[in-house]
Amino acid sequence: MSQVSIRKIVKAYEGDVQAVKGIDLEIDDHEFVVLVGPSGCGKSTTLRMIAGLEEITSGEIWIDGGVVNDVPPKDRDIAMVFQNYALYPHMSVFENMAFGLKLRKFPKEEIRRRVDDAAKMLDIQMLLDRKPKALSGGQRQRVAMGRAIVRNPKVFLFDEPLSNLDAKLRVQMRTEIKKVHQLVPTTTVYVTHDQVEAMTLADRVVVMNHGVIEQVGTPNDLYHSPATKFVAGFIGSPAMNFIPCQLEQAAGGLNIRLTDKLSFPVPADRTARYTSQVGKAGLTLGLRPEHIAETRPHTEPNQHDFDMVIDVVEPMGMETMVYFTIGAAEICGRVNPNAGATAMQSMKLRADLSNMHLIDDGTGKVL
Amino acid sequence: MTSVTATADAVPRKAKVGSLERQNRWALRGSFAALSVFVVIFLVPPFYMIMTSLKSSAEISAQKGSPWIAQNPTLDNFAYLVTNEQFQRYFLNSVWVTALVVLLSMTIAILAAFSLSRMGFKGSHVISTGVFLTYLVPPSLLFIPLFQVVGSLGLINNTWVLVLLFPTLAVPFCTWIMIGYFSSIPKELDEAALIDGASYPQILLKIFIPVALPGIIAATIFAFTVGWGAFLYPLAYLYSADQAVLTVGIVRELIRGDVFAWGTIMAACVMGAAPPIIIYTFLMDYYVAGLTAGATKG
Repeated sequence: MSQVSIRKIVKAYEGDVQAVKGIDLEIDDHEFVVLVGPSGCGKSTTLRMIAGLEEITSGEIWIDGGVVNDVPPKDRDIAMVFQNYALYPHMSVFENMAFGLKLRKFPKEEIRRRVDDAAKMLDIQMLLDRKPKALSGGQRQRVAMGRAIVRNPKVFLFDEPLSNLDAKLRVQMRTEIKKVHQLVPTTTVYVTHDQVEAMTLADRVVVMNHGVIEQVGTPNDLYHSPATKFVAGFIGSPAMNFIPCQLEQAAGGLNIRLTDKLSFPVPADRTARYTSQVGKAGLTLGLRPEHIAETRPHTEPNQHDFDMVIDVVEPMGMETMVYFTIGAAEICGRVNPNAGATAMQSMKLRADLSNMHLIDDGTGKVL
Repeated sequence: MTSVTATADAVPRKAKVGSLERQNRWALRGSFAALSVFVVIFLVPPFYMIMTSLKSSAEISAQKGSPWIAQNPTLDNFAYLVTNEQFQRYFLNSVWVTALVVLLSMTIAILAAFSLSRMGFKGSHVISTGVFLTYLVPPSLLFIPLFQVVGSLGLINNTWVLVLLFPTLAVPFCTWIMIGYFSSIPKELDEAALIDGASYPQILLKIFIPVALPGIIAATIFAFTVGWGAFLYPLAYLYSADQAVLTVGIVRELIRGDVFAWGTIMAACVMGAAPPIIIYTFLMDYYVAGLTAGATKG
C-alpha cells in the first residue's frame, strides 16, 4: 500500500514568490495521477517536493502513512524519470539500471534478475551493454524508465518524460508507459503540460494553475464538467469556444443572447440553475467545437440552427474545422468533411446546447 | 580542412570572385601562413636545444660548420647527468614535489568546485568569484611577503615549502576549470543519483569524477606545469643544493661563474622538458576538450 498525501503544501521562494500555494491532494494506492497545467503553474515543483529534491516551505507530504518532509530522497523509496532522461553517460545501460540497487547493496544475482526482467518488459535486452550516447531518444527514455522499475519503489514520479521526443515517438511511448503501469501498478505521479498526455494516461487528472489546483477528476469529468473557465479552456483540443453572452427572460424559459441577432433558448433543465444570472453582465458561454456542426435533422430538443459566414476552413480528413466569428469571439466548429464548407461563404450550422457551460467571468467558475 | 578539399574536388569549376568558396580558400591559406610562423618561432629553440645537447663541448665551441646540425652526435652529456648524483637529486626533488602538488591541488580543487557548483550554499557565488580573483594576483608580486610567512613557519631552504606554496597558485585556476566543468553536468544527473540512493561523496566519486574526467585532466596538467616548471619560488626560498629542484638546479649546478657547460645545460633542459611533453602528447585531446568545456560553461 503506497498512498501519497499532500496536505496544504506551500513552496515559497525568496521575495515571497509562491510557486505552490497550499495544495491538498490524496493519491490512492496503484493510482496514476497526472498533474497538468501551463508552465509555471507549480506542477513540477509539487513533484519535486514529493521527490524530496525541493524543500517544503510549509505543509506536509505523507508517503505510505508517514510524514516525509524531512526524509532525504533516497529514503523515501521513490523513483523518478526526468525529462532529459538523466542517464549516467559513463555507464552502460545495465550499470545505469543497476546503480540504485548496487548502492542499496542488493546481491549480484538479484540485480541481474531485476535488470533482465525490466529490460525484457521494456524491450531493451539487446541494449544492456551500450552507453547512453549510442541510444536513440526513445531508447534512452526506456532505460530511464527501466532504472525506475528495477528499484520496485513505492511511488513512480515522472517529470515531463516525453517532452524531448518527437510527436510520433511520444504517442508510442505514451502507450508504453500505460502498458508498464498495467503490468506494474505502482502509485504514479506524472507531470506534463500536454493535456492529451494527461487525458490518455491518467486515472485522475489534477489541473493546476498559478500554484493552485483548479480541479481534480477523471479525464471524462474534466472534459464534460469543468469546474472553471481555465479547466474548460485547457482540456480539449481544439479548445472550447468562449462567447460573451447575456441571459434574458423569454416566454417559456431563458434565452442566451450572443449578439443582437443571435440568441438560443437555454435548455429547459438548466433554467432553474441559471435564473439568478438573468440580466447580469460578465457571462460567457462555453461550447466545445464538436457541439457546433453542420445542420442536420435535430435529434434532441436543444439543437438550434444558425447561419454564419465561414472565415477559414481546415480539412483534417476525418472531419473539417470551420472558423467564424460571433461578435469579437473567434469560434471553431467541427463539421462533416462532405458538408461543403467553403471559406467566405455562408453556411447553416447547428449548435447543441445540451453540453453548454455558462461561466461567470468575475469568479472564473462554471455555473 | 578535409571538407574544404572535398568541396574543391567535387566542384571543378572556377570559384567566382568574392564567393564563399574563394573566401574559404584564402582564409585557409592565411591561417596556414600564420601558423607556419608560429611553428618556426616555437619549434626552433627546442630544436636548437636538442642539437646542442647532442654535441661535445669541443664541437660547441668550434667556429666552423653549421651550428644547426650535430656533426658528431654524442650522448655523453646525458650520460654525465644520469650518473651525476646532484642532478638525480634535483630530478627526484622535482618529481616528488610535483606529484604532491598535483595530488594536493586536485583534491582541494575538486572538492571546492563540487561544493561551489552543486551544493548551492549561501555565499557560494561570492566565493567562486573570489577564487578566480586570487588567480589574477601575479605570483611574482607575492614572493616577498610570502618570504615572511615561510620564514615564520621555519621552512626557508626546505623543499616542503614548495608543497605548501605551489597549491596556492594551482588551486584557484584548477578550481575555476572544475567549476566550469561541473556546471556543465546537468543538475538532473545528481538528482537522479540522489534518488537512486547516493550520498554526496558517492555522487562525486561515482558520477562527477568519471563524467568530468576531461576537465580533471586539464586541471591536472595545469597543476603539473605549476609544480614542474616554477622557477621563482624555488630560487627565492631554497639555497642549498640538496633542497633544490630541477629548474633551479640546472642553473646553479651547470653554470659556474661565467663558465657555461652548454652541452650539459641543454641536455638537462631536454630531460627536464621531457615529462611535460610526454604527458601533453598523451592527454592533448582531453586537455583541449576540458579547457573548452570550462570556457563556454564557466
